[in-house]
Amino acid sequence: MSDQTATEAQTASGTLRNEETLAMVSAINQTLMAEMHRDERVMVFGEDVALSGGVFRATEGLLDEFGSERVVDMPLAEAAILGAAAGLAAGGMIPLPEIQFLGFSYQAMHQLAGQIARFRYRTQGRFSMGITIRAPFGGGVRTPELHSDSLEGQLANIAGLKIVTPATAADAKGLLTEAIRDPDPVVFLEPLRGYRGIKGPVPMGEHRVPFGKARWASPGDDVTIIAWSYQVEVAVRVSRQFAEQGISVGVLDLRSLVPLDIASIVAAVERTGRVVIVEEAVPTGGFAAEIMATINEHAFYSLEAPPIRVSGFDTPYPVGMLEDTYVPDVRRIEAAVNKLINAAP
Amino acid sequence: MASTLHNEDLVGMLCEMIKARIASDRLWSLQRQGRIGTIAPINGQEATVVGASWALDPDHDWVLPQYREPMGLGRYGPEILHRFAAWAIGHPQGGHIPEPLRVFPPQISLATQILHAVGLAWALKLRKEPGVALTFFGDGSSSEGDFYEAGNLAGVLEVPVIFLCSNNQWAISTPTSRQTAAAGFATKAEAFGIPGVTVDGNDPLAVFEVVGAARDRALAGKGATLIEAVNYRLGAHTTADDPTRYVPADELAAAKERDPLIVFRRQLEDRGIWDQAMQTDAERAGERAIDDAWAWASNLPLHQTDLFDHVFATPTLRQQQQRNGLTEYLRGTP
Repeated sequence: MSDQTATEAQTASGTLRNEETLAMVSAINQTLMAEMHRDERVMVFGEDVALSGGVFRATEGLLDEFGSERVVDMPLAEAAILGAAAGLAAGGMIPLPEIQFLGFSYQAMHQLAGQIARFRYRTQGRFSMGITIRAPFGGGVRTPELHSDSLEGQLANIAGLKIVTPATAADAKGLLTEAIRDPDPVVFLEPLRGYRGIKGPVPMGEHRVPFGKARWASPGDDVTIIAWSYQVEVAVRVSRQFAEQGISVGVLDLRSLVPLDIASIVAAVERTGRVVIVEEAVPTGGFAAEIMATINEHAFYSLEAPPIRVSGFDTPYPVGMLEDTYVPDVRRIEAAVNKLINAAP
Repeated sequence: MASTLHNEDLVGMLCEMIKARIASDRLWSLQRQGRIGTIAPINGQEATVVGASWALDPDHDWVLPQYREPMGLGRYGPEILHRFAAWAIGHPQGGHIPEPLRVFPPQISLATQILHAVGLAWALKLRKEPGVALTFFGDGSSSEGDFYEAGNLAGVLEVPVIFLCSNNQWAISTPTSRQTAAAGFATKAEAFGIPGVTVDGNDPLAVFEVVGAARDRALAGKGATLIEAVNYRLGAHTTADDPTRYVPADELAAAKERDPLIVFRRQLEDRGIWDQAMQTDAERAGERAIDDAWAWASNLPLHQTDLFDHVFATPTLRQQQQRNGLTEYLRGTP
């Protein structure tokens, strides 16, 4: 709870002197810049990351600062990007490949799931894969097909990958720093809508956020919403609306899915007994289902009502005109919270 | 290049080829006895692997095999065969080839290693280390997307990598005519903007020469080379395969006439540097090598909870819980 108080104090007082307000994309850009300065083995490569600075400008300025040996525009081939990353890591580099949109990772899944995720295991520690794969994902910006898919549940089902999902600009910096320094492969998921849609205070200088430590984005005693990435932002809006009615809805931001902060999930269930889990993905076999299973295993007797998932649907991610129906929004989450409040204890 | 080989090199190459064949045959028997899992023999491809390895500098050059070649990589030390035996048994340590040996473990996901070789060669270039990465793959693997992505990327990056396609004519039951309509696999280099060379994969000296030239070129900063070494798979794809269902008997009989172990032995005998006594000694040394490897591999300690080791540098809480749960279960305590 002390963390929660600290977060609230910062928000209330606005930007502290040792902080600056940044959009998430700028926090990511600054972190890449800082880590490349810190360690010359760090290199960034992918489609359009160098000359154009990335389609979201996350890698802007890196080419000028570090040159074309360390900031590299790659041929348009996702398997080559990740397969080469594996070889680079084995050769002593710290590769930061970018997959331009997470949905494109299907074209590299054999290198991700079949190779990068298991190299340390296969070689019993000889070759570690200190690779951070950055990829934008999630909906809400009217992209063409396969640009918005939320594949975190599929990725979490691959043993050997860490899955990191920042929801704030500060966490984007802290978690990305941690990812780059992690000796194992990290899939670092950046919300499309959050690049410029999420702004906030970011600590200046070194800032690290450990994996597996969830964050109370908003405190609450009646209902807990468990979310990650951009849906934390949506859930906080829901929480504010209920606060006006005198209903206390907490938002637990998981920050990383692998490793998972089981203790905080259990604590949240024990505190409120009522849980909504939000994800933008296909629900069947997804990560919200994983959290439900975790709750059942560790906190079943603290439940006061059956948990509810607010997810996408068991359909492919739809085209733009159907997108707003597919992606969870304030109203759908509100409905789930109301259902839990009205459920008999 | 071949002129730089001394008689002891030629003798050493034949010894390694014999050692590879004996290891392969022994592992086949062990599989038939139910003591190891599926194994893919090297028979017929010894000259390609040994000839290539002789052109490399084990202190600086990397080898990324597919899954047959480790039996022919004795030039990188006996440890390679030890680990391969452990891999065949199914021991986790089979995948761990210790430092400083510059050899990757066997690769099951075909052609993925070609991209790893490009990445590794890229790292060598960036770190200004004098060395090359050589990767083996088969005619079948050349149909995978990774082969094309790797060739293309290597061409663009100009990295010191050697792509060695060991064309043994068969991808399990699929002949090369069903893999490509191109006039040979080396021609695909043209699309990558790199040189492509075809060589007699039954002739270790010819393989040595083209790999040596590719290596010189790579070390001179001129980038990648694609080599197609043409040989013939003198038997089954793996212990789970029955080639009599699809390999024409006359074709196999003709290939056996060109068995690299027979042809190269005859060559060395003609030069007066090989005789029956040396053959017997080489066969004994081969038996000893696989004996040693088998003894080492079959005596490795193993605990069931080893299955949790080395997924991450530091296990997640959940993995620790699973490990503890398994330990309790195995002890028979609730």
